[in-house]
Amino acid sequence: MKSWLALIRPGDWLVLLGSAVLVGFSVPVFWQGGMADRAIIRQEGKVFAEVDLKARKQFAVGGPLGTTLIAVEPGRARVVSDPSPRQYCVRQGWLMRPGEIAICAPNRVSVQIAGRTKVYDSISY
Amino acid sequence: MTQSVIKLTVTAEDRRVAWLATAAVGLSLVDAAIPSPLPGVKPGLANIVTLVVLARYGWGTAVWVSALRVLAGSLLLGYFLAPGFFLSLTGTTLSLLTLGAAQHLPTRWFGPVSLSILAAFAHIGGQLLLARAWLIPHDGVFLLTPIFAGAALVFGTLNGLIAAKLLAETASAETSP
Repeated sequence: MKSWLALIRPGDWLVLLGSAVLVGFSVPVFWQGGMADRAIIRQEGKVFAEVDLKARKQFAVGGPLGTTLIAVEPGRARVVSDPSPRQYCVRQGWLMRPGEIAICAPNRVSVQIAGRTKVYDSISY
Repeated sequence: MTQSVIKLTVTAEDRRVAWLATAAVGLSLVDAAIPSPLPGVKPGLANIVTLVVLARYGWGTAVWVSALRVLAGSLLLGYFLAPGFFLSLTGTTLSLLTLGAAQHLPTRWFGPVSLSILAAFAHIGGQLLLARAWLIPHDGVFLLTPIFAGAALVFGTLNGLIAAKLLAETASAETSP
């Protein structure tokens, strides 16, 4: 063990330490918003429900075209069915990361995942 | 009709590059055989050869050995000209450029461990950028950055230590016969 440590020169320790700090800082930078912990369901732009992503739940949200079905599971949520013609929000599948959003525009319903801190992107900002 | 004989003279340098590249290819195969939890997280054992070659024979030889390793390794593992080949090529190119710059650091302070860590970061950085630009054109790839960077730090340190050990042993074997 000692002979291995002797192979590390003073500057190597600096590089090691600096890299470790960089890796440590990269975690909040790339994983901003922390873990997904809530799903915000909006109807006509107003919050319809705010659910913790802990239990299994289903929501039926009414809109101008019909009913949008939303499923919430531990750590994720998705639009199960929607009357919109192009089904974009359904095809997006499971949303798991904070800031992710599925918008069923024709039916004016959206589901967004939120973490502890707010994440801005060009859509939600 | 005159018989023309094309004769290629093989220099000692050529033989050395061939041997070292063989060693590197061998280690690439070992690398590929090690199961990985995530594609892209690999020990990169062949980089040990690159580091030793860089320290003993210089940057030019290191480039030759690495290029041959990427080529022969991809042919043997069957991913020549597949996306994996270009990822490997980009990573190797960037880490060689980094090594070329980092070898001028004062050797009293910075040894193979520093070079190995820097090269590992350059390697994974290049691969991530290529993956983002070409294979997965979505910023989602960068979610893996902390994992890749952590792996680069751990494996970079280990490879650097092994290279330093090899260099120290060969140096002492030469001075005390």
